[in-house]
Amino acid sequence: MIQTVEGKGRYGRFGGQYVPETLMGALTELEEAHDSALADPAFREQLNSYLKDFVGRENPLYFAERLTEAAGGAKIYLKREDLNHTGAHKINNALGQALLAKRMGKRKIVAETGAGQHGVATATACALLGLECVVFMGKEDIRRQELNVFRMELLGTRVESVDKGAGTLKDAVNEALRYWVAHVEDTHYILGSALGPHPFPKIVRDFQQIIGQETKRQILDKEGRLPDAVVACIGGGSNAIGMFHPFVEDENVALYGVEAAGGGISTGQHAAAIAEAKEGVLHGAYMYVLQDEDGFIQEAHSISAGLDYPAVGPEHCHLHDIGRVQYTSATDAEALEGVQLLAQKEGIIPALESAHAIHFAFGLAKKMQSDDILVVCLSGRGDKDVQTVRDALGGGVQ
Amino acid sequence: MSKYTLTAAIRKRNAEGLSAFIPYMMAGDGGLEVLHERISFLEEAGADAIEIGIPFSDPVADGEVIQEAGSRALQRGVTLRKVMSTLQVQSHKIPLVIMTYLNPVLAYGLPKFVADCECAGVNGLIIPDLPHEERGLLSDALEAKDIALVPLISLTSSTERIEKIARAAEGFIYAVTVNGITGVRSGFSSDLMNHLTDLKRIANVPVLAGFGISTPEQVREFSSVTDGVIVGSAIVTAFHEGKLDKIQSLIKAGQTAVKH
Ligand SMILES: Cc1ncc(COP(=O)(O)O)c(C=O)c1O
Repeated sequence: MIQTVEGKGRYGRFGGQYVPETLMGALTELEEAHDSALADPAFREQLNSYLKDFVGRENPLYFAERLTEAAGGAKIYLKREDLNHTGAHKINNALGQALLAKRMGKRKIVAETGAGQHGVATATACALLGLECVVFMGKEDIRRQELNVFRMELLGTRVESVDKGAGTLKDAVNEALRYWVAHVEDTHYILGSALGPHPFPKIVRDFQQIIGQETKRQILDKEGRLPDAVVACIGGGSNAIGMFHPFVEDENVALYGVEAAGGGISTGQHAAAIAEAKEGVLHGAYMYVLQDEDGFIQEAHSISAGLDYPAVGPEHCHLHDIGRVQYTSATDAEALEGVQLLAQKEGIIPALESAHAIHFAFGLAKKMQSDDILVVCLSGRGDKDVQTVRDALGGGVQ
Repeated sequence: MSKYTLTAAIRKRNAEGLSAFIPYMMAGDGGLEVLHERISFLEEAGADAIEIGIPFSDPVADGEVIQEAGSRALQRGVTLRKVMSTLQVQSHKIPLVIMTYLNPVLAYGLPKFVADCECAGVNGLIIPDLPHEERGLLSDALEAKDIALVPLISLTSSTERIEKIARAAEGFIYAVTVNGITGVRSGFSSDLMNHLTDLKRIANVPVLAGFGISTPEQVREFSSVTDGVIVGSAIVTAFHEGKLDKIQSLIKAGQTAVKH
């Protein structure tokens, strides 16, 4: 095991601030601004009013009756982040950080995007608040998510194609970081997941934990008790940490994170960094990272662009180590089954990312009792993935 | 103080009233076969130390030129391990400084890496993604070794940070001259020279300027206010294009620059 030092923003031995010196000032400024914003009732009120009237929160906690019947086990509830404006949980964080940027007097925004969901959410928040925005996106992802590129452009954002590496999310983050280093004095970087150097994992969690807070309130309303299990998919880990965080102290609530197993863990073509269990540093944080024996970062593989990242945020790494959250995975094929299952049982086409969680949750529900309660974070809707799903199914539904 | 060799090499040049010059090269660009040849060339040309860059899959602090050189090296299968074993084969006249991102070092294993640095004549490490707060990760392993963990100070570093970093500095201080990544620049910010002069005043190790310095004129300009300069992208390009005379004139510009 590698020795680590006590430092800022540690989750056990994970996290930290492994960034070029040029960014250290900006990180300190950001940390202070974030703390002061959260302590300011006016900021919270402004954020809440946008979340309500612009994003459409609170969104429902929906009892999936036919899915529950089909599983024949636990009652399955879906937390409907897919009903948010822009179609995923990403807007919670993008909006929060855009407001924060404005508060810091930074009127320019840079962001990375994989699936395009975070890019669209950021472009949306910037249009709403009148901020200038540039989004870096891998060339391969631009191909996979063509319409999201146009959506961002329509919202007034400049999209920069990144053709380095495999042209996916990791390469987009590299380029966004380079851009931020060069423009740090007037630009804020809206990181899209619970990743990166401190304070980003905390900021993203703070803005996403509304998912879990609402869920808790809603399930107490509907069932009068907390759920037995909560399931979320893991890309960098933002929807999952947002859902899990308010439940971490509730020891009777089992928490499950579902990584993307791509073509299968044994094929090496996957994005399941916790399953692989190699530790290292990427994009400013000490985490579980897919890498070879020389410490070169490996490309992640998943049918869902939003899970295609070779590491998992530091807080999840720690929750794994202390055994509070169980991390598991679902393959591309299983995610495709999840999409069809939810579409046909409930009339909801989930994002491919969320479909990983759906597939695992369905299997888990089967093993639970009929008076057990299970909640799945339905992190996004599947409109963006319809083409990918059609291609993967060979044009026809199975 | 155990970390003297790197500082001494710079101070020796300064004692002649001249500025030190440290070229950067990407190890394995052009093949590991030419590594020693290139090191010898730089020694002959008058370099005071050499920064050896290690290719990495995700070089976030580097601009196009060094990124591309790194990709060429990666395509040849160059790794930190291979560079370290190549360096151990032959001894060198001047100190070597390894510039690498953190993850390859962690994957190498700290004790082994430090031991191999000692065997290879490496007297300094520059790790761009290891800021002051996180340096404890390596400093224990480097304790009592003649290997300096060279800190970077940027234009955005606050006065408070600068003082903290300068106090703990080993080898020399790498003063980053632009907000941004490595690469060729035509202009520098106006208060840069004041910033460098201030740095020199509070530092008790030499201050060298680097990032974006690419012409003999720029080398002379920076040499006059610092203890030396580091040139990267321009050297990498010259090696790649086989224009060795360009390297000689850069080094010459550095070493004829009289310090004030
Ligand atoms: C709908 C949806 N769910 C999940 C994710 C994965 O990200 P995270 O793990 O940060 O929630 C993404 C990322 O783009 C997404 O678009």
